[in-house]
Amino acid sequence: MSKQYKNTDTIRAGLKKRYAREKRFQFFGIASIFISFLFLLVLLVNIFSQGYPAFQQTYVKLDVKLDGSVIGVSKDSSPEELFKASYGKLIKNTLKEMFPGVKDRKKKRALKQLVSKSAAYDLRDKIIENPALLGTTQSFWFLAKDDVDVFMKGDIDRTLPEADRRIKDFQLKWIDKLLAENRLEKRFNTTFFTAGDSREPEQAGIKGALIGSLLTMLVTMALSFPIGVLAAIYLEEFAPQNNRWVDIIEININNLAAVPSIVFGLLGLAVFIGFFGVPRSAPLVGGLVLTLMTLPTIIIASRAAIKSVPPSIREAALGLGASKVQTTFGHVVPLAMPGILTGTIIGMAQALGETAPLLMIGMVAFVADVPQGILDPSTVMPVQIYLWSDSPERAFTERTSAAIMVLIAFLVVMNFIAVLLRKKFERKW
Amino acid sequence: MKTIKLSLMAMSIATVLTTVPASAASRDHINIVGSSTVYPFATVVAETYGNKSGKKTPKIESTGSGGGMKLFCAGAGIDTPDITNASRRIKMSEFKKCQKNGVKDIVEVQIGFDGIAIANAKSAPEFKLTRKDIFMALAKEVPGKEAGKLIANPYKTWKDVNPSLPATKIEVLGPPPTSGTRDAFAELALEGGCKKFDWIKQIKSDSKAAKKAGDKAKAKELKHKYKAICHTIREDGAYVEAGENDNLIVEKLTKNPNALGVFGFSFLDQNSDKVKGASVDGVAVTFDTVADGSYPVSRPLFFYVKKAHVGKVPGIKEFVAEFTNEEAWGDEGYLTDKGLIPLSEEKRKEIAKNAKDLVPLDLKAE
Repeated sequence: MSKQYKNTDTIRAGLKKRYAREKRFQFFGIASIFISFLFLLVLLVNIFSQGYPAFQQTYVKLDVKLDGSVIGVSKDSSPEELFKASYGKLIKNTLKEMFPGVKDRKKKRALKQLVSKSAAYDLRDKIIENPALLGTTQSFWFLAKDDVDVFMKGDIDRTLPEADRRIKDFQLKWIDKLLAENRLEKRFNTTFFTAGDSREPEQAGIKGALIGSLLTMLVTMALSFPIGVLAAIYLEEFAPQNNRWVDIIEININNLAAVPSIVFGLLGLAVFIGFFGVPRSAPLVGGLVLTLMTLPTIIIASRAAIKSVPPSIREAALGLGASKVQTTFGHVVPLAMPGILTGTIIGMAQALGETAPLLMIGMVAFVADVPQGILDPSTVMPVQIYLWSDSPERAFTERTSAAIMVLIAFLVVMNFIAVLLRKKFERKW
Repeated sequence: MKTIKLSLMAMSIATVLTTVPASAASRDHINIVGSSTVYPFATVVAETYGNKSGKKTPKIESTGSGGGMKLFCAGAGIDTPDITNASRRIKMSEFKKCQKNGVKDIVEVQIGFDGIAIANAKSAPEFKLTRKDIFMALAKEVPGKEAGKLIANPYKTWKDVNPSLPATKIEVLGPPPTSGTRDAFAELALEGGCKKFDWIKQIKSDSKAAKKAGDKAKAKELKHKYKAICHTIREDGAYVEAGENDNLIVEKLTKNPNALGVFGFSFLDQNSDKVKGASVDGVAVTFDTVADGSYPVSRPLFFYVKKAHVGKVPGIKEFVAEFTNEEAWGDEGYLTDKGLIPLSEEKRKEIAKNAKDLVPLDLKAE
């Protein structure tokens, strides 16, 4: 009897320890989740707090006297003549009239810098659209220059000594005057979503890179998904078992998944551009290179998904007289689809954030025009972020963060679509 | 089943697409590669050209001067770049390679200067450096007391290098070896200080003498020795490679007032509220001192045009004209707003004329 009691005591004592161990493990688990969330939160807060000012942009209202004689055009000029005239003069004259008595060369230059360079082109487009405006005085809202914009957002401290500021005292006076006349206004920054890249921060937009990313991803998707899935299906369902060649291929696919991405860039440069003559910097070649990169991921994930379909499904189909192909495509693949899609999305998300292989094929470039097709030169979002972060102008800092936000949004949308598709294909048995 | 059909269709479309571009032999946009230092200037010009002409904006890749030359000289085909930017002059070896690959006529256009600033935080004490100080503080090996002997760099603080400097630890943030700025810094600042030692200078003149005498191997060996002494930067932590991102260096300087940073003048210009430049050899780094050449750590910037492509790719002439326009590269031009230091007016006129006439470069004649 007493011996039995002793046993229960040991078990009880041990039980306490075991409970404690479980508690401890749970605590560490929760702690690691908490830490990862904390990091994510810090990252997101940091990016959002830096990036949200970029969604606003300062505009300046100018009453421009559209005197055609100053720039040598009239209402009857041909569109070509209207196009070639230098509208900058009209804006310069307007500014001169608003702020008379600016003589100093340096100050004259600074005066021009209140308004973005794009103002002249905006004016040109408006006049070509409606030449009847010539001869009248019209109010226009123009983009303000980046320095004015940065000041309006409170990133330039006017209490600092003058030498330490990018906006000097005389410029402050001008801005104050404009503010007093309600000629400065912060609005939603539509340019950021409708323009391509620019070296002037106020004119720079993410659209070029966004479309570039989209086109590149489409090419990648169109190639890597079917090739990857078919390869996985063959290897899993049709390839002979215990064959040396199949083993070699399997090992190589696993190795490929671990190859640094820049290597694929070099390969792309040599094969696609060097041998096949695909144009440099085009989304097509970017998509091809990223296809090489995502293929192993998709194949490995798809194989795992196909493997996890219970053999009973196959046996049942075969037992009812379905052929191997019918079994595979009618039963196994639909059931494996959610897993396949997960793998594809992981691969695509990797490809979306990639810059290294694109460096070799010329997609790390200044491209101002929004690409129209997969053969136009273009860049992608991570590259745009990198290029902006490397620009000296202060106003690009916030645009860098804003671009990161757009990239994250793009990823979220992509994942969301994947989740929807997965839900649609999911089957219980 | 539907998905499979769809994906098969997508695949066949994709294969069709891949076979198309082989026929896309002509190009409607200018293709530019080259130096990351010239990149900010070339991009502004490209944009202005695009806006003014209504044509496609040139595509500009930042590949570094050497990488740009390699692509540029790869051949005269339409798939090679039309223009390459460089933060140094084309080398004889590159020129020869160009010629060998059928790129016969190259037009050289110098666009201005770029100063390399050595700066620290606004709150930190002012630095008055000489090139010799820079060399002694940053070279891997420095001349010891005995002439002709090198010792591993023993200096820990700036005061050890030069008693008139502050007693702060030597800590310089600068670009990595892949950067053209680093090359130029080594060549202009370090070598400039290195040459102040007579026996080191002697190595260079010996090398030249050997070359004249026809002893090529010896000349090469001496030249390498000279370069190894003058261009090798210490690796014991005093020089910190801060990556190619100059904004990051500026950011780090404001957080660490004891450190100095090395970057292009345009970054100093844009961040004058955060950092200030040190004077070198008694000359402060300003727009004017770089322009007149009195600030010693500055270099010329170029771009090179492939003459064979003029006429084949639309707009090259107009682009060159926009670049060499007073509105762009003049004393008051928009490029100076971006930090380019202009050439003298005479020189601008001469270069603009040569560029307009597309006078090809002949390196042998010089």
